[in-house]
Amino acid sequence: MPVAVRELELDLDAFEGPFDLLLSLVLREELPLREVDLAEVVIAFVEHLHAKGELDLDACGEFLILISALLELKARAMFPEEEAELAELEPEEAAEELARRLAEYRRAKDAANWLREQLDVRRDLFFRLGPAPLAPKVERKLAQQSPLKLVEALRGLAVEPPAPSVAHMALRFPPTSQFLDRWRALLRRRTRFDFDQEVEGLSRVEIAVAFLALLELRKQNEIAIAQAGPFAPIRISRADAERSLSWTAHSA
Amino acid sequence: MDSPLRLITTEVTPAIELAKTVEALLVVASQPLPVETIAEAADVDVLHVGEALELLSERYSEQTSGIVLEHVAGGWAFRASAAASDACARLFEKPVEKGLSQAALETLAIVAYLGPMSRPEVARIRGVNVDGVIAGLVERGLIAEGGRDNEFGAIRYRTTPLFERVFGLESLASLPRADDLGADVAEIRERLEAVAEKRPA
Repeated sequence: MPVAVRELELDLDAFEGPFDLLLSLVLREELPLREVDLAEVVIAFVEHLHAKGELDLDACGEFLILISALLELKARAMFPEEEAELAELEPEEAAEELARRLAEYRRAKDAANWLREQLDVRRDLFFRLGPAPLAPKVERKLAQQSPLKLVEALRGLAVEPPAPSVAHMALRFPPTSQFLDRWRALLRRRTRFDFDQEVEGLSRVEIAVAFLALLELRKQNEIAIAQAGPFAPIRISRADAERSLSWTAHSA
Repeated sequence: MDSPLRLITTEVTPAIELAKTVEALLVVASQPLPVETIAEAADVDVLHVGEALELLSERYSEQTSGIVLEHVAGGWAFRASAAASDACARLFEKPVEKGLSQAALETLAIVAYLGPMSRPEVARIRGVNVDGVIAGLVERGLIAEGGRDNEFGAIRYRTTPLFERVFGLESLASLPRADDLGADVAEIRERLEAVAEKRPA
């Protein structure tokens, strides 16, 4: 290797050092060639030549061979899948293949230019864009049916629902005052009476109100209420008569 | 026109009536309607639709109307007249073709001429990765998936009717012949050989 090439010091992103070290690293596959900017190597060499001030043709020839080998290696590394195909081709065929590919790409470029021209032609033309509101195709999935079947089905659904109960709306609560008056009048005539006897023949609601009236009287201390046991007759007496009667002692 | 002639040319009247129906269909459509589709919707013969479209083409032309009837993307469609383009541009965007890069156009050209094609096939011709470009074109609606590669099962892409419409093509057959494009293989070959011969043996 001529001195000029061997002396070439490189300062690249991927590598720093003499050119022949770069070569041996690449050949030993310790440095991936795809990371090496070969154009920088060329520039470094040209600058090196310029600095020497003389044209060393031997060095130039050597460098050309080395750098072209590196370029080929790098190209193969970058397109590994094409390597096999092209390697099998004779130089003549490879040239043919290369020309074919270039032509193919050239056509694509020209077609792209034609499309660009079309776009320019149609730049001023607007049209409606949007999802097509197409009606769905009518599909008959069922066999012909008798309309009566529909009637039947509807009839099953058309049963009248049960009428809601309005019984509670009929309830009338007589005023408590009505019974208050009644009990007071009764107690004016008698000192005591039996609740069940007095309310006999009244409706449940009336009995309930009559009982509430009793409680009201008891609260106001006008009467005493006595019941011997659960469900036993309820006896009512005037408050002032309370002490004179033995059974009232049991009342709460 | 109540001329007695009308009684004789009874065939014209149905054509005019049909033209009304056809223009109604076209004004609702958001994409070009093929003649067959119009015939089906109007419930008439394809030939009659052709006559109606002829009438409408005269009525809706750049010279006569703000609406222009055009034969595009395998069908018929209304578009705005070129004269109204400034007003249209103030109100409307052209999102499909806006900012199409050279790479996108080259990829479109390859898919249009050689499609359906998979990404690796397109990449091979363009010499660079085309994944991003393809995704962009799909998003614009200019290309769409169209089957799979037999060998590797890669998705293949084809151009859409929208592509034909945007580029004003009646169909892909309206593209210039591939043979008329670019230099042919022989010519490139000659140039390569010319360069090779200059090399000292």
